[in-house]
Amino acid sequence: MLKIKNLKASINNKEILKGINLEVKPGEVHAIMGPNGSGKSTLAAVLAGNEVFEVTEGEITYLGEDLLNLSVEKRASKGIFLGFQYPIEIPGVSMVNFMKSAVNEQRKTRGEEPLTASAFLKLMREKKEIVELEAKLTNRSVNEGFSGGEKKKNEIFQMAMLEPKLAILDETDSGLDIDALRIVANGINKLKTKDNATIVITHYQRLLDYIVPDFVHILYNGRIVKTAGKELALELEEKGYDWIKSQID
Amino acid sequence: MKENEDKILDEVTNSDYKYGFVTDVDNDDIGKGLNEDVVRIISSKKNEPEWLLDYRLKAFRHWKEMEFKNWAHLDIPEINYQDIIYYSAPKPTKVLDSMDDVDPELRKTFEKLGIPLDEQKMLSGVAVDAVIDSVSVKTTFKENLAERGIIFCSFSEAVRDYPDLVKKYLGSVVPYTDNFFAALNSAVFSDGSFCYIPKGVRSPMELSTYFRINAANTGQFERTLIVADDDSFVSYLEGCTAPQRDENQLHAAIVEIIVNKGAEVKYSTVQNWYPGNKEGLGGIFNFVTKRGIIGESGKLSWSQVETGSAITWKYPSCILKGDNAIAEFYSVAVTNNYQQADTGTKMIHIGKNTSSTIISKGISAGKSDNSYRGLVKVLKGAENARNFSQCDSLLLGDKCGAHTYPYIEVDNNTAVVEHEATTSKIGEDQIFYCNQRGIPTEEAIGLIVNGYAKDVLSKLPMEFAVEAQKLLQISLEGSVG
Repeated sequence: MLKIKNLKASINNKEILKGINLEVKPGEVHAIMGPNGSGKSTLAAVLAGNEVFEVTEGEITYLGEDLLNLSVEKRASKGIFLGFQYPIEIPGVSMVNFMKSAVNEQRKTRGEEPLTASAFLKLMREKKEIVELEAKLTNRSVNEGFSGGEKKKNEIFQMAMLEPKLAILDETDSGLDIDALRIVANGINKLKTKDNATIVITHYQRLLDYIVPDFVHILYNGRIVKTAGKELALELEEKGYDWIKSQID
Repeated sequence: MKENEDKILDEVTNSDYKYGFVTDVDNDDIGKGLNEDVVRIISSKKNEPEWLLDYRLKAFRHWKEMEFKNWAHLDIPEINYQDIIYYSAPKPTKVLDSMDDVDPELRKTFEKLGIPLDEQKMLSGVAVDAVIDSVSVKTTFKENLAERGIIFCSFSEAVRDYPDLVKKYLGSVVPYTDNFFAALNSAVFSDGSFCYIPKGVRSPMELSTYFRINAANTGQFERTLIVADDDSFVSYLEGCTAPQRDENQLHAAIVEIIVNKGAEVKYSTVQNWYPGNKEGLGGIFNFVTKRGIIGESGKLSWSQVETGSAITWKYPSCILKGDNAIAEFYSVAVTNNYQQADTGTKMIHIGKNTSSTIISKGISAGKSDNSYRGLVKVLKGAENARNFSQCDSLLLGDKCGAHTYPYIEVDNNTAVVEHEATTSKIGEDQIFYCNQRGIPTEEAIGLIVNGYAKDVLSKLPMEFAVEAQKLLQISLEGSVG
């Protein structure tokens, strides 16, 4: 589904990603862990197409296509979803309106008919349950005045609405209390099928108690320095990032 | 990807003003220049009574003594008032069967603008007075409205058919001494709309005037007078467009509204005069004086969506004269490229328990400048006056300007005056967020801007609101990238 080869990317001429290689197949869950500043969020942003970062080398193939040639919204309509670490507020634009534009613009790009108003509202109702999102939140402006937990739930709600093939969740667990973490993680699990894949970016092992990864990658200084099964996360939790650093440096 | 985006934005900015065509009709004009004779010619072309000519001449003499003072945050090039044609009327291309018939060319023009003049084809809820250059060409649904005693006609007809009403109210809210452009308008005004709603009558449909500048080198000086008698109600709409030309054209209008005891008037404008090209060449200079006076327990509500004109100088105002009068001003002003706008309102509280609300949303893009200028004045006798003002500015890009000039003068210590102001930018992160959800940049800007202006757009009549939403998006296309 996704193949990243020797990906290098920089911001303001500072190289952040220094040669990433990664392959993700349908049905898989990959966890990417690593210390602050190792390039985790940059990788997520580059996959989504954020032009703030310049890709200087390497290639990304997604569903057989050269991903780097596609605009941000094209990538989205082809099933790439980014769960934001810091979801953005859009004052005055209701969640309903926002989601309706998103769903129908994606459908338009794919050459599908827009959803009727009633079909859309029905879909909203169903998906809200997945993350136990309070009904009234969808009538409020996008992320405006949402608590930290509500914002993250809202990201997963949007993921549920858009049914992506490849979801990249950037520190979706940060800022969540234990109950919210469970709800969000359960939501993500419910959305999992054998055809879609998830990349979970996190600092902490605790999220992986709920979302069991097939692979754990450790990103350090712009490179994936270690890949193993879910047990790697536990080992990392126990030994800390210094353990990785001491192995590399 | 960046290149691609630029290309799309280019295409859109090159084609954004879709009302820029010219209608090919011969015009009966009086040539360039302004002097007393010109004022007399205009008056005689309209067969006006002596008192109106006198009014014009007084205004003209006053204007001649005036000097234009530019206190606004606007860079206004010097206007040569002798280089303007003050009266220009389209000549019919064929002999018309009746007075009410419209030249087919002009009919086509209005159809192209989305304003069909056949009553059968029109939106059933809206009556239209169509004004092109210096004359009104057609007023629809006049008969239906007359059944309820509502007078809705061109200003010239009103002078002919209802001279007493016109004489009583003309200049009663905006005297010709008011300001430079008000004096000029009072001397040379050509046509516009007149509307009278009798006591206790609710207008069954929206009344509207559509202003179109067509002829070159011509100024448009229209005059609108609305009188809502006791306990009546009317919702009034105004739309404007002009051809795309390299020269600037002057539009200096006056709108006067009289809201009697217990009456309510809603006045909505979608101003889409030609804004000039991307380099700032051409466009309309829009210098407009709009004011209403509100009697006891009356209500006047101005809503405006200003997207056009090279320069906008406009402050629709309210005099809250009667006790318990209510006034509202809702404004969205968009400037792009080299447009300049200095717009806002004046709320003059005279009566007791009067309340006013100001919601202003400025949106600046390109290299434009956008200012809010407002005055809230509470006079000595205005016990318990209330005002709430909210003035927000939204910036797209970093080459544009937004300014807020709120003036508050309070002479009564029971008054409560609140003012809130914010300035924000459409962030790249907001656009990226929308893009990531599959919403392309153009639509994202539309969504964000409409969200920002929601409080104002929701005050517009339904069909106007839809048009305004699209207009906002079109006006700003190409502004981010």
